[in-house]
Amino acid sequence: MRSLLLRSFQHLLLAVCGFTTAFPFLWMISTSLKTSGEVGEFPPRLLPATPQWSNYPDAWQSAAFPRYFANSVVMATVVTLGVVITALLAGYAFGHMEFPGRKIVFMLYLATMMIPFEVVVIPNYLFITRLGWYNSLAALVAPWLSNVFSVFLVTQFFRGLPRDFYEAAQLDGCGHSRYLSRIAAPLARPALATAGLFAFLGSWNSLLWPLLVTNSDAMRPIEVGLQSFLVQEGPRPHLLMAASTMAMAPIIGLFFLAQKTFVEGVAAGVKG
Amino acid sequence: MSGGVKPGNSRWKRTLQDAATAYLMVLPSALIIGAFGLLPLIAALGLSFQEWRLKPGPWVGIANYRQALTAEPEFWSAVWVTVYYVVGTVPLTVILAYGCAELLHTRLRGMGFYRALFFIPYVASPVAASAVWKWILNPTSGIASAVTRRFGVEPRWLYEETGILSLLASTGRLPLPEWAGGPSLALVCIMAVAVWHGVGFAVVVLLAGLASIPTDVLEAARLDGARGWRLIRSVKLPLLSPTLFFLWIVFTIRAFQTFSQVYVMSIDNKGGPSGTTRNLTLYIFQSFYDSAARLGPGYGSAVAMLLFAVILVLTLIQFRILGRKVHYA
Repeated sequence: MRSLLLRSFQHLLLAVCGFTTAFPFLWMISTSLKTSGEVGEFPPRLLPATPQWSNYPDAWQSAAFPRYFANSVVMATVVTLGVVITALLAGYAFGHMEFPGRKIVFMLYLATMMIPFEVVVIPNYLFITRLGWYNSLAALVAPWLSNVFSVFLVTQFFRGLPRDFYEAAQLDGCGHSRYLSRIAAPLARPALATAGLFAFLGSWNSLLWPLLVTNSDAMRPIEVGLQSFLVQEGPRPHLLMAASTMAMAPIIGLFFLAQKTFVEGVAAGVKG
Repeated sequence: MSGGVKPGNSRWKRTLQDAATAYLMVLPSALIIGAFGLLPLIAALGLSFQEWRLKPGPWVGIANYRQALTAEPEFWSAVWVTVYYVVGTVPLTVILAYGCAELLHTRLRGMGFYRALFFIPYVASPVAASAVWKWILNPTSGIASAVTRRFGVEPRWLYEETGILSLLASTGRLPLPEWAGGPSLALVCIMAVAVWHGVGFAVVVLLAGLASIPTDVLEAARLDGARGWRLIRSVKLPLLSPTLFFLWIVFTIRAFQTFSQVYVMSIDNKGGPSGTTRNLTLYIFQSFYDSAARLGPGYGSAVAMLLFAVILVLTLIQFRILGRKVHYA
């Protein structure tokens, strides 16, 4: 009896916390379906009288959203591929191979994790413009093609991989490159998936860097596009909320598809 | 590879070959991290000693640093905003997350759903999330004002530059000197959103920590009569201390570096009202664009180096003081 009471109390508490967490998103969706008249009502009504689905195409057409989305997809995909490839190669070398200077280089890697992005953003900007990459895909992705976190994650994974696998493969005449492509890389898939997911998420949600290195709709990713839309469309909240919902949808979808990888990745990253 | 090669020699060759392969494999990643992480740090240090208004100018020694520390009141106001932000968000996020993790760390039906729910703010686009919060906190038509109006208060939320303590004091008719006013209500709103954003991540990390506490330890403690608060304080918290320490360090560093949230949520995207939400990162960003006026990239780099130094020193101090209390099983 007591445990039943406790259980319902826990459920109640969780539901309250969960609702509080989710409320902004629910409110966003509700607002995105209101008419411009309903949006202006005060006190606001909780739900629209009839959902205005047409707000979505309206918002979609009132800025270069198809372009922004395409840019974000390309940017985040290139970054994800880059991170996965560089992390696989470097992680294999750090975690599996023995070579002189390994420890020093690895320590140097970890040390760069301490450098805040704000410190390097100005020189990076100057560097990119000097290369003539301003307002290009190269500028958007180059600094993010590798990061210490993912190298670290994959290194930790390879450290935990039994060495007899490699020794057996070696006896069969398998060198490092073949062992990596045929055996090690497929085994490392969970670590690579985590690294890739976080790379995709970080790239999709990034604002400061794309804001600095782009100046036209042709190159702007969704976050920057949405931000300028917010500034222009201040008085039309229903369209704003529709645009925000659309900008958020792919990432939330990805999160629900890969929830386990996300959650376990966070946990693994901490323990490592 | 002739037959005359001694075995020792070929082993050497093998080691060398392996080393070359290893360096080749590290190279792509090292190039990126070196070019966009390590080198720019050195470059930023160089820039910070340079005058740079409309174009690169001469070396000026520590003039940029002196300007920030002695001649720019806006720098100090950005420092205060940053301090308020760190102190106001980090402890609260960690404590709230611990509470949620304790709640979630039981076998209940639908736990996966709740877990996902708490995590969503963390993955959601910061610009979109900030847009929603701005709409909720809209003083004329937002739902937050609709709620508070029932209690007879109509705060101006993100438009309010008066300190939160002054506001509270004035409802009790207590005059408060301006310096004691605390962070502006606008900044408090942004901090609340930051907590909302960060809790989910911390909950997931803490759940992993809680799951790694061996059940027999908890059982033994319970048999010894430890319950409720005693159990948490003497058993769980010490065992969780590495996780809590990690969260504390990561959140502190992130709080110092916040950009998107402050940029998007401040009503004019410039740290308004009256600069009361302009933190150091936003200040660096603005001084960079302000190249025509008296600031510019050289000055911005000096401020960035100061920020870096503070983060570094604070992290080291935290490692010294808190790190000693961390219990590694």
